[in-house]
Amino acid sequence: MSDVTSSDLYAPELLWQDTLPGGFHWSARVRRGTLLRFSTMAAGANLSALLFNAEEKLERLNIPDSLKAQHTAYLTQGHVCYSDMGRVLAAITHDSVGWHDVWCGLSDAALIAERYGEKTYGDARNGMYRNGRDGMLIEMGKWGLCKRDLVTPINFFSKVSVDDQIDNLGKLIWHPEHAAAGAVVELRLEMDCIVILSAAPHPLDSRPEYQPAGIKISAHHALPLKADDPCMNACAENQRGYLNNARYFGEVAPQLLAAVQSSGQNISNSTVTGA
Amino acid sequence: MTTINNTPTRASALQPEQACLNQVCPAGEAWIGQVKKGQIFRIVDLEGNQAVDTLLFNAQNTEERYSLTDTIRRNSALYLGLGSVLYSSEGQPMAQICADTCGRHDTLGGACASESNTVRYALEKRPMHSCRDNYMYALANFPLAQQLGLDVQDIGANINFFMNVPVTADGSLTFADGISAAGKYVEMRAEMDLVILISNCPQLNNPCNAYNPTPIQLLVWDAPDALEDQALSVQSVGAAQHV
Repeated sequence: MSDVTSSDLYAPELLWQDTLPGGFHWSARVRRGTLLRFSTMAAGANLSALLFNAEEKLERLNIPDSLKAQHTAYLTQGHVCYSDMGRVLAAITHDSVGWHDVWCGLSDAALIAERYGEKTYGDARNGMYRNGRDGMLIEMGKWGLCKRDLVTPINFFSKVSVDDQIDNLGKLIWHPEHAAAGAVVELRLEMDCIVILSAAPHPLDSRPEYQPAGIKISAHHALPLKADDPCMNACAENQRGYLNNARYFGEVAPQLLAAVQSSGQNISNSTVTGA
Repeated sequence: MTTINNTPTRASALQPEQACLNQVCPAGEAWIGQVKKGQIFRIVDLEGNQAVDTLLFNAQNTEERYSLTDTIRRNSALYLGLGSVLYSSEGQPMAQICADTCGRHDTLGGACASESNTVRYALEKRPMHSCRDNYMYALANFPLAQQLGLDVQDIGANINFFMNVPVTADGSLTFADGISAAGKYVEMRAEMDLVILISNCPQLNNPCNAYNPTPIQLLVWDAPDALEDQALSVQSVGAAQHV
C-alpha cells in the first residue's frame, strides 16, 4: 500500500530482542510507541496474534471491525488493527509478504494430533508438538483472560484466499509457499497492549511434518507519528480511528485531522437520519 | 453492484401452523430464544434484504459459543449456505443449515456498533442505534441472558444471515446489495441445546438492510421425521484447495 521503508519509522537502537521457537507461545505488555518487528527464521511460518488494551482488557482486537473499516478481507502494510471500541490498537507499518490471514483461527490439539501424531513432553521434552489454541490460552491465562476472551486472531505470514466464483460458498484456497525465510512484518503499538502470540502451525498448513518456523522478535522505539503517516492516512476511516485514540489519551487531535473533524460535523448535520 | 448468486437452495416442508414457537422480532430490536437439540429453527426475512446478526451458545455451558474461525475452516468455505455446519469454539457442530431459500450468508462482517460507526462513517454517527447496543440491551434486560450470566465477553463474532459481503480472489470486501428478498428464509437443525441471541440489524449507513430495517420472524419446530430423511452429511475437515 505504501513504499515507506521500515527504517523511517523507528529509532535505530534496539530495545530488546527475543526468539520465539516454532510452535511456542509468548505474551507481554507492550507500551504505546513501541514497534515490534517479527521476522521468520524459515519458510512456512505462522504467527497467531491477539491484542488487548492493557488498561481495560475488555477492549480487544476486533477483526470484523478492522475488515469493515478498511474494506479488506485480509491485513497487510498500511492497515491498522481496530479494537471493538473504534480505536487503533496497532498499525502494520511494514510487511514483506502482502497478506496475513484473519479467517482461519488457531490449530488445536485434535488437529495437530490428527495431522502429525502426538509428541508429548515425555516423548520429546521441549520438542513436543504444540498447538495454537492451547498456546494462546496458556498466555492469556497469565493476564486473567480465558476461553471467553479468545476472539478471532491474526495469522501473520499465512495466506488463505477464496474462490470467488458465484456457484460455491467461497471455497478456501491455502497458499503453502506464502512466506519465505526472512519475511518481515512490523507492528507499531498505538495503545498499551497485552500482546499474545503463538508460532504453532496454521490450521490449514498442509505439510506432512510438524515443522513450525521460529520467529525473531525485536522491539524498537517508534518515531513520533507524522502528519503524513501512511497507516493513519490510508483511508478516512483510519484518520477517524486515530482521532478516537487522541480522545482516549486526552490529547489534542493531530493538526492534520482538524479538517476531518470539521467536515465530519458538516456531514452529520445533513445525513444522520433515523438514528 | 448486485452479485447474482448460484449456490444451491432448498425449501422446507415445515408449516408455520405446526411450529412450537412463532414470533416476530420488530425492525432494529434484539431477540433471544432456546432451541433444543434436534429442533428446527427458522429465520424469515419478512420484507427482504434484512441482516440478522446471530450468536449461538451451548445452553448447558455458554463458554462454548459459535466460532467464526472454526466454522470457516471446518467447512472450508467463507460463506454459509445449504449444508453448512455452524461450529462452536470447542470444534463441535452446533447446528446445520438444512433449508435455505436465500443461498449465501456472511461470516466476516460482524456486528455494527456505535464505536465502529464513528470510524466507518463519521464521529457524529455515534448516537445511531446498533447491533452491539442491542446485544448490550439484551444482556442487561433479557431474563434468559441474565440466568446464563452472559456478559460482554460472551459477545463474539456473529453470523449475518441474509447479508451479502462478497470477497474477491484478491481479498477486497464490499457490503453489496442484498441477495435476499421478502419471505426468504434459512433453517437450521440444532445439534446441541442452543441459546440463540439475535440483533435484527438497525444499520442505516450502508446497503446491508437496503437502508430500511424491517421485521423478521423466528420459528421453532420439534424434530420432524420428514427432515431426518433429508439429513445432510457433515462436511469433512480441512478440504481446502491448494494452489
